[in-house]
Amino acid sequence: MPRLWIMDTEMDYTPQEIMVAAAAREIRDGEIVFTGMRLPLIAFALAKQMHAPNAVGLFECGLVRDTPAPEPLYTMADPPNIAGALWATRMINMMGLLQRGAVDLGFIGGAELDRFGNLNTSYLGNPESPKTKLPGSGGAADIAGLSRRFVVIMAHEKRRLVERVDYITSPGFGDGQGWRERVGLRQGGPSAIITTLCVLGFASSTGEAVLRSYHPGQSVASVRAETGWDLRVAEDVHETESPTAEELTIIRRYDPQGFWTR
Amino acid sequence: MSKIMTMCDAVARFVPRGSSVVMGAALESLIPFAAGHEIIRRQVRDLTLIGPISDTLFDQLIGAGCVRKVIAAWVGNVSAGLGHNYRRACEQGIPHRLEVSDHSNFTVSLALLAGGLGAPYIPTYSLLGTDIPGTNPGFRQSISPFGGEKILLVPSLQPDVAILHVQRSDENGNAHAWGSLGISEEAALASQRIIIVAEEIVPHQIIVSDPNRVLAPSFKVCAVVHEPGGAHPSPVQGYYNRDHEYYHEYHRTTRTVEGNAEWMGQWVADVKDRAGYLQKLGEERRQGLQLKEHRYAAPVDYGY
Repeated sequence: MPRLWIMDTEMDYTPQEIMVAAAAREIRDGEIVFTGMRLPLIAFALAKQMHAPNAVGLFECGLVRDTPAPEPLYTMADPPNIAGALWATRMINMMGLLQRGAVDLGFIGGAELDRFGNLNTSYLGNPESPKTKLPGSGGAADIAGLSRRFVVIMAHEKRRLVERVDYITSPGFGDGQGWRERVGLRQGGPSAIITTLCVLGFASSTGEAVLRSYHPGQSVASVRAETGWDLRVAEDVHETESPTAEELTIIRRYDPQGFWTR
Repeated sequence: MSKIMTMCDAVARFVPRGSSVVMGAALESLIPFAAGHEIIRRQVRDLTLIGPISDTLFDQLIGAGCVRKVIAAWVGNVSAGLGHNYRRACEQGIPHRLEVSDHSNFTVSLALLAGGLGAPYIPTYSLLGTDIPGTNPGFRQSISPFGGEKILLVPSLQPDVAILHVQRSDENGNAHAWGSLGISEEAALASQRIIIVAEEIVPHQIIVSDPNRVLAPSFKVCAVVHEPGGAHPSPVQGYYNRDHEYYHEYHRTTRTVEGNAEWMGQWVADVKDRAGYLQKLGEERRQGLQLKEHRYAAPVDYGY
């Protein structure tokens, strides 16, 4: 994630830190969470210590944990994540749990997102001769297709939030409500998009993204200006809750060098 | 019968030009970088690389011109994001064009699981609605003959060789691996043969004292390479930690074609083997990756 700005408020924190705090709030106590890489790794640790002590984390490399790793992680397969795990196994068992319907919430990242929450992490431009070749799905397409709901964490830039993605790597609501069912996906879809500027939710009647909250220092207008389509705004739109001092302390304990959140 | 040989011999004998090779099967850990670097030094061409995510190993092999085709869920740099060599190959044909068959982590596991089962394909609900089947013509959309619902058929993969880094092995290739294993087992069982790269060679008795920890049957193993430090910069549980900074250095240096050539020279071409690489890495840096503490599992009783 790029360092866009540091907010000028009473308490200094970075966009990445408010994103982690917002992501942690998406985790409900007792949920089975497919934890992605980078910021969600910290969000899971934060949620465990704040409001979701009974959440369980699944890591696609083949790990199940009910405690945060004892040390900061850079990747999900770092040795501290394996120490004290509930289960160290094969990836297919994690994916099997996902397809079998056991996963409440999955986190994924995105390079390009559209108004119906579809994500592209594969090709910008024509796949035959791409303008940019992105790394690909990893497990993101599986998580987006098979979890009960998923949350996206990404940088907010006009060129990234587009009317329609060039290529659907990870399916959102396709072209609107009813699409997932039509293509054969049995459940799920995006529930929140957490960006460097705001949090988007989705209107259940249309499957279209709506502005749920803007981070301190932003406004409805500033977020809409940085979005590549005519972004709808929720009736109860409000400012995103800032991370508390306690939350910031925990976040910084898990990212002491600020590798992900500075 | 001992299958111990040098990495040089193992690659020369069992990874010929045009092979399909699974590497990086454990995801971010246990990546057989030493084997990849030997493949680059030997200038093996026209490889098909198969894996879930390979961290920077596939990017390196692509940049060295060894690869004709990639069958993978993700190719890049886990610490830094994009892989510059993968991008150059796909976007500009440098060093040459690459054939890409896109997968997700789940579908590449299913393809290898099917391969290991000797089954033609396995159905899934994953990837329905995505554009991934459009850039992997092997997939087939179908209808379940039981429930009538839409499904995706993932065709099996049976690679020529799986190269798997493990903690320890006996000289016959009975190998113990622990930690998160990704698709190591599926890769081992799907492939025609297996090259085991081990941190330690241990007596046979140690392996058979804990048969549940064995990765795959040794009759499929064609070579055992004793290569301590062979997974660096990826981690090996119980042996060393991940060298995060190394991935960032790679990302910075390989941004340009010239930088990539420099990196390849420095870390691959100009070192003779893994021992030379570790010497170049230096004692201080290796110390920094050492375990801070041991965490031994409780022994289990196989008594009867």
